[in-house]
Amino acid sequence: MLRWTRAARLFRRAERAVEPSRLSFADVVGESLAGITQRPARSVLTSVGTVLGVGTFVAVLGLTATASSQIDSRFNSLMATEVSVEDVSRERTEFVQPAFPPDAGRRVEALNGVRDAGVYWTVQLPAREAVRAAPVQAADGGGRIQVVAASPGVLEAARPSVAQGRLFDDWHDASGQRVAVLGAATAARLGITTLETRPAVFLGDEAFSVVGIIDDVQREPELLLSVVVPPKASLDIWGPPRGSAKMLVATDLGAANQVASEIPLALDPAHPDHFEAVPPPDPRSLRTEVTNDLDDLFLLLAGVCLVIGAVGIANTTLVSVMERTGEIGLRRTLGARGRHISVQFLCESSVLGTLGGLVGSALGVLGVVVVALLRDWTPVVHPLTVTSAPGVGLVTGLLAGFYPAWRASRVQPVEALRR
Amino acid sequence: MSGHQPPPVVELRGVGLTYPGPPPVEALRPCELTVRRGDFVTVTGPSGAGKSTFLNLVGLLDTQTCGTYLLDGLDTGALGDVDRTALRGRRIGFVFQSFHLLNYRTAVENVALALVYRKMKRVRRVASAREALARVGLEHRMDALPSTLSGGERQRVAIARALVGEPSLLLCDEPTGNLDTATASSILSLLDELNGAGLTLVVITHDAAVARRGGRTLEIRDGRMTEQAVTC
Ligand SMILES: Nc1ncnc2c1ncn2[C@@H]1O[C@H](COP(=O)(O)OP(=O)(O)O)[C@@H](O)[C@H]1O
Ligand SMILES: [Mg+2]
Repeated sequence: MLRWTRAARLFRRAERAVEPSRLSFADVVGESLAGITQRPARSVLTSVGTVLGVGTFVAVLGLTATASSQIDSRFNSLMATEVSVEDVSRERTEFVQPAFPPDAGRRVEALNGVRDAGVYWTVQLPAREAVRAAPVQAADGGGRIQVVAASPGVLEAARPSVAQGRLFDDWHDASGQRVAVLGAATAARLGITTLETRPAVFLGDEAFSVVGIIDDVQREPELLLSVVVPPKASLDIWGPPRGSAKMLVATDLGAANQVASEIPLALDPAHPDHFEAVPPPDPRSLRTEVTNDLDDLFLLLAGVCLVIGAVGIANTTLVSVMERTGEIGLRRTLGARGRHISVQFLCESSVLGTLGGLVGSALGVLGVVVVALLRDWTPVVHPLTVTSAPGVGLVTGLLAGFYPAWRASRVQPVEALRR
Repeated sequence: MSGHQPPPVVELRGVGLTYPGPPPVEALRPCELTVRRGDFVTVTGPSGAGKSTFLNLVGLLDTQTCGTYLLDGLDTGALGDVDRTALRGRRIGFVFQSFHLLNYRTAVENVALALVYRKMKRVRRVASAREALARVGLEHRMDALPSTLSGGERQRVAIARALVGEPSLLLCDEPTGNLDTATASSILSLLDELNGAGLTLVVITHDAAVARRGGRTLEIRDGRMTEQAVTC
C-alpha cells in the first residue's frame, strides 16, 4: 500500500510539466528578516505593544512570586506557634458563667508542646474612674488608658522585651498583689520615666505599684498601650470580666494544630464546645489567597497590553502588505504561490512578536529586580515565566499576522504590477 | 523534419480574453500566434488597445476566456494554479517599465530573489546572480542598492533578474518607457545581444522606433492583433 502510493506520487511528479515552486524554511526566515530590517524604526515601534504586554506579564508573575515568597518569610515561626482561644460559651447557652476555669493557664500549659499560656481580658473600669499616676491628679483629656488583666503566662507568651524592672509572676497573681506592668508609651503618658522612685498607678482609687516597663512585644501589641495587671487582683476589685476573656497560647514549632485541637477538652472536659481554639493559618492557603488577588487584576492588564500589541502588529503588517503590493506581484511572477506570500508575512509578524516578547521579558525581569531591591526583597521569578514569555510574544505575533497574511495571499499579480 | 523540431515557445490558437462586465470588454479578440525559439517579437498599439492584456495572458498572469495556449508545447489551460505558478516562475522572465526592484536589497540580492522559489542553495543562487549581472554589464555594481543606480542600470538589474532563471521567454512591458533615448538604446542593444545569444523575446512598446528593432512586429488595435509584414 505504502509502496503503491509512493509509486503513484513518483508517477505524478514525472507527469508534472514543471517542478512546483517551493520556499525553504531558511528562506522564509531570511526574507522576513530582510522585510523587518528594511524599516527598523517602524519594526521597533510595532513591537512596543508586545514589549509592554509581555513585560507586564513577566513583571506581574515575577512580583507575585516575589511578594508571596516575602509572605512566606514573614509567616515565620512566631506566627506558626500561636494559638488563640475564644470563649464562645455565651453563644452556646445563655446565662452561663464565664467559662475559663481559674486554673486555665496551668491546664493548658500541661499539654504537650505548649510553652506559655494564659487568660487575659480588658478590664472595664467603672464610669468616672480613670487611670492616673497620682490619687488626686485629674484625668488627662486624651482618651482613657486601657487596663488589661493578663496572667503571667500571657506576658511570657507575648515575648516582651523588658525595658525596666520585671514582669509579675505566678506568686504575684496567686497572692492578689496589686502590681502592674506598663507599656513604654503608657508609662510616658502617665509621666513615669523610672522605677527608682517606686511609682504607682491609680486605677480608679486602687493603687498598683509598677514593677516593670516593657518597650516591645512580639505578640499582642495592644499590651504596649495598656496597664497590665494580674487577674486575681482584677477579680478581687472589679469582679469577673464583663466582656469575654481570651487565651493566648505559645506552642513549640509544629505543635500548634495539635495543641489547638486538644485545648477545649483540657479546659472543660464537660463542655469542650464552650471554647474555640484558633490554630495559625496554613501558609500555603495564605499564599494562594494573596497571589490570586494580584494575579487576576494584573494578568488582566497584561492581557489587555497583549491585545493592544497584537492589534499594533496586525495594523503595521497590514500597512506593510498594502505598501508592498508591487513586491507581492513581483514575487508572484518569480514563481511564488499565494501561500509563500502569506507564510512570509506571517513569519514577519511572528518575528516582531517574538522580538517584542524577548525584550518584554528582559524588561519585566529587570522591573522585578528593581522593585525587589528597592523593597529589600529577594527577587523571585519562576523559570517557566521567563522561558514562556517569548512564546507568548510569538503567539501574539502569529495571531496578529493571520489577517494581513491572508490579504497578502489574495493580492492579484496583474493588479499589483499595473502600478 | 517536424518530428525533430522543438515545439514553439508560444503557440496561441484562437486565444482571446473578454473581461466579464458589466459591460463585458473584449480586451483581446481570438488570435493566432506562433513564437519560435530565438524570435524577437515586438508588440505595438495605442494605449488601451489590449497590449497588457496580451502580456498578462502570455505571462500566465491571467487566463484566456477562449482558445488554447501552448507554452513550450504544454497546454496551459489544462494546468492547475500550482503548475501555472511554477511554469511562470521557471519559463518566463518579466521586465517591467517601472523595474520593480526591492529598494532595500542590493543588486545581487534582487537578482538572486528570482531563484528563491526553487530548490537551490543560497550560495549557488548568489553565484548565478553574479553571473547574470556580469552578462548585463554590471559586474562593477553588484552590491549597490537600487537607489544608487541610474535608470539604465536599474533596468539592467531587472533584466538580469529575468535572465537568471534561464527562462524560455523574456516578456518586457515598455522596458524603455522610463528611460531617456540614449539609455533606452543601450538597453535595446543589450536585448539585441541577448536575442543574438538565442533568447526568445517579446517586447511591448508604443514607441515605433523600438518596435522596428524586433524581427517581427505585431500590432494590436481595439483588441485585434495583426502581424505586420516580415522585414527580414
Ligand atoms: N480588469 C479589467 N476589467 C475590465 N476591463 C479591463 C480590465 N483591464 C483592462 N481592461 C480594458 O481592456 C482594454 C485593454 O487594456 P490594456 O490591455 O491594459 O491596454 P494597453 O495595455 O494596450 O494600454 C482597455 O479598454 C481596458 O480598459
Ligand atoms: Mg498597458
